[in-house]
Amino acid sequence: MIAQLPALIVVIPLIGAPLCMLVRYRDWSWTVATLCTWASFVCAWIILQQATSGNTISYQMGGWAPPLGIEYRIDLTNAFVLLVVTGIGSIIMPYARESIRSEFGTRRIYFFYTAYLLCFCGLLGVTITGDAFNLFVFLEINSLATYVLIAMGKNRRALTAAYQYLILGTIGATFIVIGIGLLYAETGTLNMYDLSNRIAEVGASRTIGAAFAFLVVGISLKLALFPLHLWLPNSYTYAPSMISAFLAATATKVAVYVLLRFLFTVFNYELTFDALPLDYILACLALIAMFAASTVAIFQQNLKRMLAYSSIAQIGYIVLGISFASSAGVTAGMVHLFNHAMIKGGMFLALGCIMYRVGTVNINKLDGIGKRMPLTTAALILGGFGLIGVPLTAGFISKWYLVTAALERGWWPLGFLILLSSLLAVIYVWRLVEAAYMKPVPENAKVVEEAPGSLLFPTWFLIGASIYFGIETNLTVGVAMDAAKQLLGGLG
Amino acid sequence: MYSLTSIPPGLFIILGALLIPIFSGRTRNVFMLVLPTIGLAGLLQFDVGIYWETKIFNQNLTPVRIDDLSLVFGYIFHLAAIISVIYAFHIRDTIQQVASLVYSGSAIGAVFAGDLITLFVYWEITAISSVFLIWANRTERSYRSGMRYLVVQVASGVLLLSGSVIYITETGSINFDKMSLVGFGPIFIFVAFGIKAAFPLVNGWLHDAYPNATATGTVFLSAFTTKLAIYALARGFPNADILIWIGCIMATITVIYALLENDLRRVMTYSLNTQLGLMVIAVGIGSNLALNGAVAHAFTGIVYKSLLFMVLGAVLVQTGTTKANELGGLRNSMPWTAAFAVIGAASISAFPFFIGFPSKSLILSATAYEGYWVVWGILLFASAGVFFNTGIRIPYLVFFGKQTDKKIVEAPANMLVAMGITSIICLLIGIYPKILFDLLPFNIAYEPYTMSHIITQLQLLSAAALVYVYANNKDLLSNNKIALLLDVDWFFRRGFPFIINYVFKFYWKIHQGLLSNLKINLSKIIGTVFKHHGPEGVLARTWPTGSTVLWVAILLALYVIVYFV
Repeated sequence: MIAQLPALIVVIPLIGAPLCMLVRYRDWSWTVATLCTWASFVCAWIILQQATSGNTISYQMGGWAPPLGIEYRIDLTNAFVLLVVTGIGSIIMPYARESIRSEFGTRRIYFFYTAYLLCFCGLLGVTITGDAFNLFVFLEINSLATYVLIAMGKNRRALTAAYQYLILGTIGATFIVIGIGLLYAETGTLNMYDLSNRIAEVGASRTIGAAFAFLVVGISLKLALFPLHLWLPNSYTYAPSMISAFLAATATKVAVYVLLRFLFTVFNYELTFDALPLDYILACLALIAMFAASTVAIFQQNLKRMLAYSSIAQIGYIVLGISFASSAGVTAGMVHLFNHAMIKGGMFLALGCIMYRVGTVNINKLDGIGKRMPLTTAALILGGFGLIGVPLTAGFISKWYLVTAALERGWWPLGFLILLSSLLAVIYVWRLVEAAYMKPVPENAKVVEEAPGSLLFPTWFLIGASIYFGIETNLTVGVAMDAAKQLLGGLG
Repeated sequence: MYSLTSIPPGLFIILGALLIPIFSGRTRNVFMLVLPTIGLAGLLQFDVGIYWETKIFNQNLTPVRIDDLSLVFGYIFHLAAIISVIYAFHIRDTIQQVASLVYSGSAIGAVFAGDLITLFVYWEITAISSVFLIWANRTERSYRSGMRYLVVQVASGVLLLSGSVIYITETGSINFDKMSLVGFGPIFIFVAFGIKAAFPLVNGWLHDAYPNATATGTVFLSAFTTKLAIYALARGFPNADILIWIGCIMATITVIYALLENDLRRVMTYSLNTQLGLMVIAVGIGSNLALNGAVAHAFTGIVYKSLLFMVLGAVLVQTGTTKANELGGLRNSMPWTAAFAVIGAASISAFPFFIGFPSKSLILSATAYEGYWVVWGILLFASAGVFFNTGIRIPYLVFFGKQTDKKIVEAPANMLVAMGITSIICLLIGIYPKILFDLLPFNIAYEPYTMSHIITQLQLLSAAALVYVYANNKDLLSNNKIALLLDVDWFFRRGFPFIINYVFKFYWKIHQGLLSNLKINLSKIIGTVFKHHGPEGVLARTWPTGSTVLWVAILLALYVIVYFV
């Protein structure tokens, strides 16, 4: 049983998806989706325990030996990402029931949960697989389901947002598959570890260089790395609240994982950072993202949109960490990957609570919301503190390691810029505080109650976690550090 | 049995302050008074040492470190909080009440912080909580002034944090102890301290914000932020030579500005800045005698500055202004306040047997003892200047001089009580300086009341007084002649917004230019699908899909070119 876990974690939601279609009675499909998600989480937890003992788990799909067969290969890095994805999914599911019912209605709700499980399954598959083409397949499963989920938003603009994402996402996926195709043409293998060895033998040929360029650009698009972020703001803004939270917390994080995997495992260090000044390119893009996106966030009226732009900035921090190409930098990136999933997930959920009660997340219509929905607003603001990086929140830990890594690399002006860009976060979070607490409740405002417990509890769970991981960092920093060593160590 | 030492000093007041909204009316005022009083009682029970050491994110934090240096500041901060609360007894404004105690508490916490991270946390809380005392005026002017104040204060915090991170990674030590001013880490930290200590060129916030705070808020503000910075300098950079010269510039330039200023609360902030200069000089000299002087002067400074700000606050509340040309002859209508003003003026001018005398003597002696004769001269000039500006001018213009015919009554009782207590402290320590000297960090036998000290000081004071009388008779000090006073705070108020505005406009132009080009060239090709993309005019901000495709192409080309070249 334990030996089959790597397959089960993907297969459970994959089977659950058609099952949702069959169970059409009321919202039993929700029950199925929830149980599948939780089961995957349990699998992920056990897998992480195995991975922390230092062994890389190799699972041969259907008993076919790699490099011919598909191999699932789990080291600390993807075990860590698996935990993030399944953990966020498990926390969000109890929230989904009420939230989706109010935003999507009850008719044909099974479609929603089917798409959700496929999206979930795709993310897990991308993370767990050791086969480059298999990765592309899961990426497509995930992407197609995501387009559907975004289009299910209440606002009709969700349709154009989903359409835009579909076009861009397809371009990204095409680039990835072109990159993988070129690699296959040059080396004759698709298994990542086999690829890694053969690329080292072949050395830096033009085909490999082109493959690398296609892959990095394609992944950057999925990652929403500036300037390829254009699909993200609309998608997050108009998707159902729970989906915004889920995507913000997991989808881009998995893309980060894919980037890490290709940069450090498939291609070797000499190719990526010596032959190509990739560190400078990535650092530049990341820096622009940090400042430009945060500045845009300041001017947004729609809070979901504001958080979406803030996400682009936060992705900048993660990529900045990776661009240092050092163990400390990758650690910082991964720690922020985890912490940001927690913070942004929680904040989107809090906005979902406001959407549920007030029906809008436009900041102009939320004057005095702090008095009307105190618990929800408090969660939102605490999350905002995390984005700023106030000490004792998870965001502080991320920035701490990021700044330390920048100094270690000798790029100390970057350390200063990281802190400076945090000031921009202060401004957009302050707008929240001002609207929520400083402004009086308008007289003609309708009476609004606090959000129901089923929404509030998951929200506070994530926000609470972001505080908890701001104080207790053994899990995040410890695992991230070992994972970073593993990633870089094999290649040195 | 519950003990007063089970909560860190400072944090006790912060936590208590958060409970203030529970109470209302008179109970609330009593509660606010009880908080710092219990805090002080608790502090008296602490022994010297390190408390609550904890390990958070792999760093050993020392939230509380009690030693001789921090204790003096702890005592005076508590005392200042108590007096200020009494003075603000009549205020019924929850935000102001909570902010003032959180502010006091965080300043106390910062003084006892044993490591840089804890210091940073309290440092930021003082910045954020204190701005509410400025905003509490609820005018557009105070809002803007508060915003500028906040930006500068937070910038100081950011510098402190970045400096600390560099320092910690370089040395591996997180403790807040004496640093040498070498490398980026300590320099950042030094500048962070310098901003709060109102060094020249970065003191604009002080003269901008304090006069815009509420009458009671200024009393709180004057006590904590700058003295906390003095403490931090004394802890981190004693004996740094550069401080001596920074202090000299601070002490002299501000005297001239104070002379030309019409708003008396601004005059006070300039003279506050002068006094800070004296303390910075003493920290820079760094001998035991000098450090004692700096600490003692911070202690006495808090007392007489509070007293004078309270006097001006009372005048502001009763007359609605602190402009020199609108005031005069209040001694008949506000006799008690007038008396306290004279005591405060005598203290700040360091008349013998008033509180300013012993501490200023310490600094003067320390300077002379170390042989800094130029500095000694500058100190004398600054002393004379302070006497001239604050010691004579403020009482004279407000309470004596020409009579104004406004109907004015005496300040409320609670204000009088607060001023009275402070006045008594002024006299008590002035007459028995041993009370203060016993608290000082270094054990040095020093006698302030020697014949030479007293004579030097009296000569100085009478010379300054003569100049004043002469200038006044010749009508050189008429405020009508002074039209405009340009100080660095102007750059904070006008210059920065201008630059930022300009940069944003420039940025926006480029942004718009790029956008329109993209639109023209690509929208046609991609089609009109996305034309109606955003009913809210989102089109202006949501770039069309085509632009992303272009970016994809650009990036791909970039990677390929970089790789093949």
